[in-house]
Amino acid sequence: MKRTVPLIIAGTVGFVLIVSYFIPYTESWGEDAMTWFNILAAIAFVLGAGNLVKMHLKKISDQQAGWGYSAITLAAFFFTLIVGMLKIGVTPSEKYPTNAWAGPYDQAGSAFRWVYDYLFLPLSATMFAMLAFYIASAAFRAFRAKNVEAIALLTTAFIVLLGRTYAGVWLTDWIPEESIGLEADALRLDNVTGTIMNTFNLAGMRAITIGIALGVASTSLKVLLGVDRSYLGSTDD
Amino acid sequence: MYTFLRDLDRRWIFLLMGIVATVPILAGWRFPEDPSPMVRDVFHAIEDLPDGSRIFMAYDYDPASQGELHPMALAFTRHCALKGHKLYFFTLWPQGGPLIQQNIRLIERNFPDYEYGEDYVNLGYRSGQEGPIKVIVTDLRKSVAVDVNGTSLSEIPMTRDIRNIQQMDLIVNVSAGYPGTKEWVLYASTPYNIETVAGCTGVSAPYLYPYYPEQLAGILGAIKAAAEYEYTLIEEYPQLKDDPTAQEALRRMGPQLVAHVTLIVLIIVGNTIYFVGRSRGDVT
Repeated sequence: MKRTVPLIIAGTVGFVLIVSYFIPYTESWGEDAMTWFNILAAIAFVLGAGNLVKMHLKKISDQQAGWGYSAITLAAFFFTLIVGMLKIGVTPSEKYPTNAWAGPYDQAGSAFRWVYDYLFLPLSATMFAMLAFYIASAAFRAFRAKNVEAIALLTTAFIVLLGRTYAGVWLTDWIPEESIGLEADALRLDNVTGTIMNTFNLAGMRAITIGIALGVASTSLKVLLGVDRSYLGSTDD
Repeated sequence: MYTFLRDLDRRWIFLLMGIVATVPILAGWRFPEDPSPMVRDVFHAIEDLPDGSRIFMAYDYDPASQGELHPMALAFTRHCALKGHKLYFFTLWPQGGPLIQQNIRLIERNFPDYEYGEDYVNLGYRSGQEGPIKVIVTDLRKSVAVDVNGTSLSEIPMTRDIRNIQQMDLIVNVSAGYPGTKEWVLYASTPYNIETVAGCTGVSAPYLYPYYPEQLAGILGAIKAAAEYEYTLIEEYPQLKDDPTAQEALRRMGPQLVAHVTLIVLIIVGNTIYFVGRSRGDVT
């Protein structure tokens, strides 16, 4: 039963969505199915939050390695949740001035917004910015011209790295637009970068995209027909 | 020297990268740009629309990608406002709401004639990844019944007559990944023939190039394309020349240039050490 019901739901909804795409009369069926999906996706946030709390509480109670980080995660989670749900610091909206909770939770000046602007935003941006440092270290230690493929990759990297900045223009600006009847400016680094991205990369990406699409279509059909049941997790009924 | 470089602690490389990226920021280096045809296509997709056209601003990014994508989002917003277009802000990313508010702040500061509900509206965030796209493309109110302030769309002048996003003249999507440009192309712009332009991170740009020019009218790939877009915008609207807030992406091209050159130098030095080590028998 635990597996049969989800299989029936997945198959029915999947076929409804396919049918609604091709038959205009059934278009509203697909819209209703998607509305249900969007509601369920919102409820999934609650499940996700519950799972996060459960996992980290277990880590803290078992005193596993790094349990201090779990404590910080939970403290940050509950603090953000409480200030957001209670709308601390939110001023009432113009439409409902007497209702203290009428303003949006992420209103400028609210406690939630303060957490977002002064904790979440700089921490997220810092994590992303640190990539530059790790790439620099990797470039120095790991990017080796060991074989022909690596040399081709290195050469392409050099061209694209230079071509995506003013250095590419500055280094090859001297190349004339036309020479012996040929469009010589195609050899300028910024133009070579464009050729790499719009010709070689594009051809490769088209092949990959078509391959992925065919794979998605066949996997989807297997899921809808109940042949592939791996998304249900354990095989125990 | 060889031993010193071979055993160099990676923290020195971190320090080097930190210093070289900081210098152009402090010095305020700026470089001229030569906008690519793809960037010009994005510009003209917005510029050539009649004033007051309806633009759906789908801003699907978060603070992690803010450094790369926020300048292009601001440039899109500024350009649309300069043209007097009607802007409908929306996001599929839960962390995207406050970033939309920063775009709205730009409008409030620089375009005092723009009025909320008449010229721009914030539809906020909807959960369900690509799910809301599939719904709003045929029935907006089934997924978005109210704006971020809780006002019914039927009470807002600029949304009162909007049934679905097929009534939009253009979708402008800024995307940091999933859900993002690919989903807008698959479920909105291609099946319903809605013109769409996109801005994306450098790593996701190659995945989107196959959609240009048929399904996407243009793509801004990474901060370089954003800088070219700002450059084009300044060329067309010279009043922006003295406004530093209109040159955020151009400002970022200085550190990008120096960081890229540093990477190349590091690769060359690293390989020199490798080959010297191999000739000495240190490396197999």
